[in-house]
Amino acid sequence: MNVASGIVFQILQSVLVLLIAPLMVGWVNQCRAWLQNKSGPGIWQPYKVLNKLFHKDAVLAHNASPLFWATPYILFGSMWLAGGIVPVLATSLPFAPAADVIALVGLFAFARVFIALAGMDVGTSFGTLGARREMMIGFLAEPAMLMTLFTASLISQSTSLVTIVETLGHGDLVIYPSMAFAAAGFVMVLLAENGRIPIDNPSTHLELTMIHEAMILEYSARHLALVEWAASLKLTAYVTIGIAIFVPWGIAQAGDWAGIPVALAALALKLTIAGAGLALLEALSAKMRIFRAPEFLGTAFMLATLGMLVHFLLET
Amino acid sequence: MNLPLHAQIINLCAALLLLLAFAMLTQRRIRSLINLFSAQGLVLVISTLTVAYATHQTHLYYSALLTLVLKVMLLPWIMHRLIRKLNVRWDVESVLNIPATLLIGIVLVIFAFNLAAPISQFSDTIAKSTLGIATACIFLAFLMMITRRKAISQVIGFLAMENGLFFAATSATYGMPMVVELGIALDVLVGTLIFGVFFFHIREKFESLDIHHLEKLKER
Repeated sequence: MNVASGIVFQILQSVLVLLIAPLMVGWVNQCRAWLQNKSGPGIWQPYKVLNKLFHKDAVLAHNASPLFWATPYILFGSMWLAGGIVPVLATSLPFAPAADVIALVGLFAFARVFIALAGMDVGTSFGTLGARREMMIGFLAEPAMLMTLFTASLISQSTSLVTIVETLGHGDLVIYPSMAFAAAGFVMVLLAENGRIPIDNPSTHLELTMIHEAMILEYSARHLALVEWAASLKLTAYVTIGIAIFVPWGIAQAGDWAGIPVALAALALKLTIAGAGLALLEALSAKMRIFRAPEFLGTAFMLATLGMLVHFLLET
Repeated sequence: MNLPLHAQIINLCAALLLLLAFAMLTQRRIRSLINLFSAQGLVLVISTLTVAYATHQTHLYYSALLTLVLKVMLLPWIMHRLIRKLNVRWDVESVLNIPATLLIGIVLVIFAFNLAAPISQFSDTIAKSTLGIATACIFLAFLMMITRRKAISQVIGFLAMENGLFFAATSATYGMPMVVELGIALDVLVGTLIFGVFFFHIREKFESLDIHHLEKLKER
C-alpha cells in the first residue's frame, strides 16, 4: 500500500463519516416517527437544523469561561477523530495505528469530561444536574464497553480494531457464541452512551429526567450546531465500531479501489438496518428511572463478562 | 479453533441458553418470565435437533418433539392461563436486589465452569464443552428459585432447572433413555398442574402468593 492512496482513503472516509452522521440521526428519528404512527420530519431534517443554527448569532452567558466556548470544538474534533480511526470503509488507514479500542474509549471519555465541565461551567442547576448524571452513566458504561471490546480482542488476540476486523471479517466464517453476549452488552452500552431511550430521551427539552440535553441547554447557534453534530458523530462512531466488531463483512482494504463500491453498499445497508433496529429498540422500551440505570449497565457489564467466560469455555 | 458447523451451532445454542437463564434471573414481570421460559425451550429444541442430526440418534428427534410440545407450547399456555385466573400480573418481588443477584450469578457461572471442566474431558460427545453451561443453567435456575418470593416464579425456576438438566443430558451423553425422558416429561407436566392447584389453595388461605407467609408455623 503506498502512502498517497492511504491518505486519499483516510480523507475520503473522514469526509464520508462527517457527512453521513446527521443523516444517520435523521434516519433513526424518521423510523421512530413511523413506528409511532407519525409522518416524521424527513431524513434531511438534521441538516436543515444544522444549517439554521450556523446562520444564527451565538449568545454566551456573562460568566462563561473560555472552557465553555472551547468545548464544542473539542467535542467535535474528538468525535471526528474517532470517526477517522474506526475502520468504516477500509482497514489499515494511516490514522488507524493512532488508537486501538482502549484509546478510543479514552477518546470518548475525554470528550465526556469536557462536556460535563462545560455543563457545570455556566452554573445553572440544570447543567450541573445533567453533568453529574452524565458522569454517573459514563463510569458505569465504560467498564462494560471495555469488557465487550476485550471479548473481541481475545478472539483476534489484538486490541487494534483493524486486526479485529481482519480476523473476523476476512477469515473463515466461524460462529463465536461469546460474540452473542458481547453484542448484547455492546447494544446496551450504545443506548446508554448516546442518550437513547432506556437511559435518556433524545427528544426532550426542559424535563427533569434529561441528561444530555440538560448539559447543552446553554449553548446556542454555531456552538449548539457543533455539539449536535458531535452527538450524531458519536452515534455513528459507536454504530460503526459495532459493525466493525460484530458484522465486519464487506469492509475494504486500504488502497483497494475495487473494494470501495462493495464497502459503500455494505456500509449503507448496515447503517440502514442498524438505524431501523435502534429506532425499534427505542420504540419498544420505556424510559427508565435514573436509579435503574446502574442495573441496566450492570447487566451490560455482566453480559460482557459472560462473553469472556464463554470464550474461555467454548472457544479455546 | 475449527469445529464442525453443527458443533458451532450447539455451542451457540448453549450460549443462548445461558443468556436466557440470566434474562430470567433479571426479569421483573411474570408474563415476560414465561415467554423467556418458552424461548429457552425453543433453543433447547434447536440444539437437540442439531445433536440428533449430527449423531444420527433417532430417539433424540422424539425428545426434541416432546420438548417442543411440552415446554414451548403446553406449559407456557398452562402458566399464562393460571396467571389470568389468579390475576397476578404485577411485578415479581425478589429477596435480593437485581445487581446483587447478577453478581452471585456470575460467581455461580465461574464455579459451574470449573466444576464441569474435568468431567467434560472424559466425555467424547460432540457437545462436551457445553456441559459447563448446562451446569451453570441449573445453578442459575436454582438461584432464581431461592431469590424469588412469588410461588409462580419459583415454579418457573423449577422448570428452567429441568431445562438445564435436559441440556446437560443431551450434551454429555446424547440424552437419557426414552423411558426416563418420558417419565420426566410427565412428571414436569403433572407437577405444574399440581402446583397450579396449590397456587389456588395458597391464595385462598393467605390471600397472596407470597411464599413469605408460609414461614410461620402457627396460625396467628
